[in-house]
Amino acid sequence: MDFVNAVVQGTLLGGLYALFAAGLSLIFGVMRLVNIAHGDLIVLAAYLGLTTTVALGVHPLVALVVVVPAMAGIGYVLQRCVLNHTLGDDILPPLLVTFGLSVIIQNALLEGYSADPQKMDAGALETASVALGPLSLGVLPLLTFAIAVAVIAGLQWTFYRTPLGRAFRATSDNQDIAQLMGLNKRHVFGLAMALALAVTAVAGILLGIRTSFDPSVGGGRLIFGFEAVIIGGLGNLWGTLVGGVILGVAQTVGATINPGWQLLAGHIAFLVILAVRPNGLFPRISA
Amino acid sequence: MSTDIRISRTSSAARVAAILGALIVVILIAAPWWAGRADMRLMGEIFLYLALASLWNLLAGYAGLVSVGQQAYVGFGGYMLFALTIFAGLPPLVAIALAGVLGALISIPVAALIFRLRGAYFAIGTWVMAEVFRLSFAQVSSLGGGSGTSLPTDIVRSMADGRSAREALSYWLALGAALVVVTAVYLLLRSRKGLALTAIRDNELASASLGIDIWRTKFLVYVVTSGLTAVVGALIFLQKLRISPDAAFSVNDWTAFVIFIVVIGGIGTIEGPIIGTIVFFLLRETLADLGTIYLMVLGLVAIVVMLKAPQGVWGFIRHRFDLQLFPLGYRVERSKDT
Repeated sequence: MDFVNAVVQGTLLGGLYALFAAGLSLIFGVMRLVNIAHGDLIVLAAYLGLTTTVALGVHPLVALVVVVPAMAGIGYVLQRCVLNHTLGDDILPPLLVTFGLSVIIQNALLEGYSADPQKMDAGALETASVALGPLSLGVLPLLTFAIAVAVIAGLQWTFYRTPLGRAFRATSDNQDIAQLMGLNKRHVFGLAMALALAVTAVAGILLGIRTSFDPSVGGGRLIFGFEAVIIGGLGNLWGTLVGGVILGVAQTVGATINPGWQLLAGHIAFLVILAVRPNGLFPRISA
Repeated sequence: MSTDIRISRTSSAARVAAILGALIVVILIAAPWWAGRADMRLMGEIFLYLALASLWNLLAGYAGLVSVGQQAYVGFGGYMLFALTIFAGLPPLVAIALAGVLGALISIPVAALIFRLRGAYFAIGTWVMAEVFRLSFAQVSSLGGGSGTSLPTDIVRSMADGRSAREALSYWLALGAALVVVTAVYLLLRSRKGLALTAIRDNELASASLGIDIWRTKFLVYVVTSGLTAVVGALIFLQKLRISPDAAFSVNDWTAFVIFIVVIGGIGTIEGPIIGTIVFFLLRETLADLGTIYLMVLGLVAIVVMLKAPQGVWGFIRHRFDLQLFPLGYRVERSKDT
């Protein structure tokens, strides 16, 4: 029974990891950029959420109305002003610039909010649960998972059913020809980053409601997101959700066996899948 | 009068640099007789960072293996020093050498796994590996688990008689590590393998078509670099005398700073990490009081350098004055014979 419970809780936790991963997957798909600062941007979103809830006295989920557009704006400006200049054949500039960005965000948060762990107060939502047979499911994890499914469905729809998605796919396939067809790739990349950070904002708020956070936790979130992307297979958004779920289940099952093994079990699951299926479970594009 | 074309490897600048370098090394070796205790500690730290930076530069700047997980080997080396001296009763110097061998050995299966990831994903994969190392060592309760452990005093005392002798030894080991690493990188790059490596750096596809086994060359560099990084790691924690998983596998201390050093100094050159280390410690010693602001400035400087002058400080100097202190390339000169 413990294991059934662990698997169910892990599945729901996987929803959060899929949200960490979706933004990473999106920008890699569109512009082949791996953003090392992704985890720190998630934490930044959590802090923005915290400030919004404290300043306006609103519920953290209501704070999304402020944080999502704010992060999208940050994403667009960041892409246009900094990251667009790093894109090219050489992988070193984007890696090192986002690495520098990660250090800057971390220390700026440290300066602004101190190293004390913070948490967002979501009232009754945090402890509410529903009974499902012998299992008790938290409403917040259920809600997180539902949001993850909705976000991924939304991204999928945007990618394959809208003019914006067509622009993303065209630029991803061939930047030069997309330019000839009248697309401004700098603007398209800016929009992709804006969309990715909008998703990141949702992930950050849900993270901040679920657990306490401090400026140093970004690296760990980046790694979870990255593992979910690789397990699921590059460029496959639904695969990313499956990857998140596998990672979440591995962690909760590992924690059931020995509390010290939670994170280790997740990493080992990732390494095993990397050893057995280097391209992930459902690859769509090759790296 | 006829003009001849002569091909030479060295230049007068390189010869002057070699003589000056040798002089500086002699002065540095004599440091225990002229420097204070705090200065020697600082210099020891500088040499170990120089060694780490040169190794990361070889990995990322020449082999194109951009790793953000070298802290895995720094921490592994540190922990091996502690484990081998405490449990196996080995003398510290033997333990340091053995830590290097074990670091190289463990990097073989690691490489076999993460070499499946390419480019930027390789980078994050190395980080995952470092996390696995950190979490694994945190599980070893005989080494203090998550809170870490100190090197027992009798082991520290066994190194040399008296505190100043121990500090001198620790200093010389750090200096020796930096010299060995820089020399090894220099000799490697001058060799046949180094030529292959430089070719891979410049164009992977073209070098593959010339018959260079890219996977094997990169694998070799990764294993050698990891072994030497483990030695440096052992030396770092010999200086600190205390180890904990968070300190040993810190991504900021052992990777972020090292990357900034190499980028600011000039990636893909031997001189770059040396210049970068000097700049890094000058900044640190003057701005360290600012705490977090200092780190933000460092990150900002690295970003600006990467965007505006991707060849770093040394790349700029080299272009401007056509200098090369470590003669690697060949140059064609016109010489007038009368």
